[in-house]
Amino acid sequence: MKLTLRVWRQKSPDVPGAMAAYEVDGISPDMSFLEMLDTLNEELILGGQEPVAFDHDCREGICGACSLVINGDAHGPERTTTCQLHMRSFRDGDTIDVEPWRAAAFPVVKDLVVDRSSFDRIIQAGGYVAVPTGAAPDAHATPVPKPDADFAFEHAECIGCGACVAACPNGSAMLFTSAKVNHLNVLPQGAPERESRVLEMVSTMDDEGFGGCTLAGECATACPKGIPLFSITSMNREFVRAARKRR
Amino acid sequence: MALDTRTDRRPSFAGLLWGSTVGKKTAMAVSGVVMLLYLVAHLLGNLKIFFGAGEFDAYGQWLRTVGEPFLHHEWFLWIARVVLVVCVVTHGVAAYQLSRRDIAARPTGYVHKRRRASYATRTMRWGGVILALFIVWHILDLTTLTVNPRAESGHPYENLVASFDRWYVAAFYIVAMLALGLHIRHGFWSAAQTLGVGSRARDRVLKTVADVLALVLTAGFVSLPVAVLCGWVS
Repeated sequence: MKLTLRVWRQKSPDVPGAMAAYEVDGISPDMSFLEMLDTLNEELILGGQEPVAFDHDCREGICGACSLVINGDAHGPERTTTCQLHMRSFRDGDTIDVEPWRAAAFPVVKDLVVDRSSFDRIIQAGGYVAVPTGAAPDAHATPVPKPDADFAFEHAECIGCGACVAACPNGSAMLFTSAKVNHLNVLPQGAPERESRVLEMVSTMDDEGFGGCTLAGECATACPKGIPLFSITSMNREFVRAARKRR
Repeated sequence: MALDTRTDRRPSFAGLLWGSTVGKKTAMAVSGVVMLLYLVAHLLGNLKIFFGAGEFDAYGQWLRTVGEPFLHHEWFLWIARVVLVVCVVTHGVAAYQLSRRDIAARPTGYVHKRRRASYATRTMRWGGVILALFIVWHILDLTTLTVNPRAESGHPYENLVASFDRWYVAAFYIVAMLALGLHIRHGFWSAAQTLGVGSRARDRVLKTVADVLALVLTAGFVSLPVAVLCGWVS
């Protein structure tokens, strides 16, 4: 396959960036999108140019490191992570636009790499449970009803990639925050911090400069892990409940 | 001796809500639902226009006497007006503040543009502005009668017909009511999510109710200027 790539190039956070066009040839339809970028980078390095910087780690769709808005879609046209997106989703001769996540809370570090530490600070605000350390407790020591376990697991699937923020017209982190809140709030292990968790995490989310939710639904459509839009509904319910109880 | 472990004042429920994006949406949802309930009552009352001037004007007079003798003359109307103004202002101020935040949260847009979300969702903000302007005109036209061509107090039927006899006024009403329909279609369903009553199981019901409310209210309100323009009500 022969492709034309238009890639966002930006040397550092405080210099203006621009889209730059590159031709790549010899791309196999079985390559992942990241392998295609590796091919481009090898050519750039051989030509004495600066390679394109992009985030990646596990390359098997479970770590949440890879990002990229491809032709206007977070993680590209398939509902998966960029590392699991294959070039067979494109046609020979296509022009592909590759841009970083865009949000005030995700400043560009270089090229396609953005700083997602605002997500870490939301987690630090309450995305944990206070548990005594020591030997692992017996698996049946704390019974969890099956529907609650399923609900928690559905939300625990969030890998924190930030596609929800990138896709949201308001740059909102509601889907991410709600996945983390719901995952722990439904479980008995998360019960002691149930109120403070949602209040603190929402407050940190606001402080980090993410936008608000207008229920556009773009986040849940982009999410590679299928976190449902109703996750936000559940968090809204938790928030009002906590605000009432914590007076 | 027990020491105070917390000396700071805890924020009030209202303060906690208004200080957060999630809480501001709650305020918008509650005020929106109140206004929606009002619109249903408003439509049912307005449809009396099809029963003629006598019944419509008598209905207008009755509104002034609701609650008597417990309430003084017109007090019910004034209570409703105050509640509605509080709702409109809360809804509008929260929408303005949240929109400012939302725009600031994406300082650099994408080069590769594509349409995001449904038409009803994308038009919430400008649709809201159209509705706000409409409300101002509507009150000047048919409540205070400032811009009404007939302006005869106590004769709402005749004032309404005189107003809608001007085609451009009727057209503005129709446009505003179409904006209202779109606003309700996304707004009602969104309010349900914001208030935490939405779920996978209830989604189809909520979306259907939103569509039916939007359709009935728009068609109902549009029928008035159309009826005047067609000469069915004169």
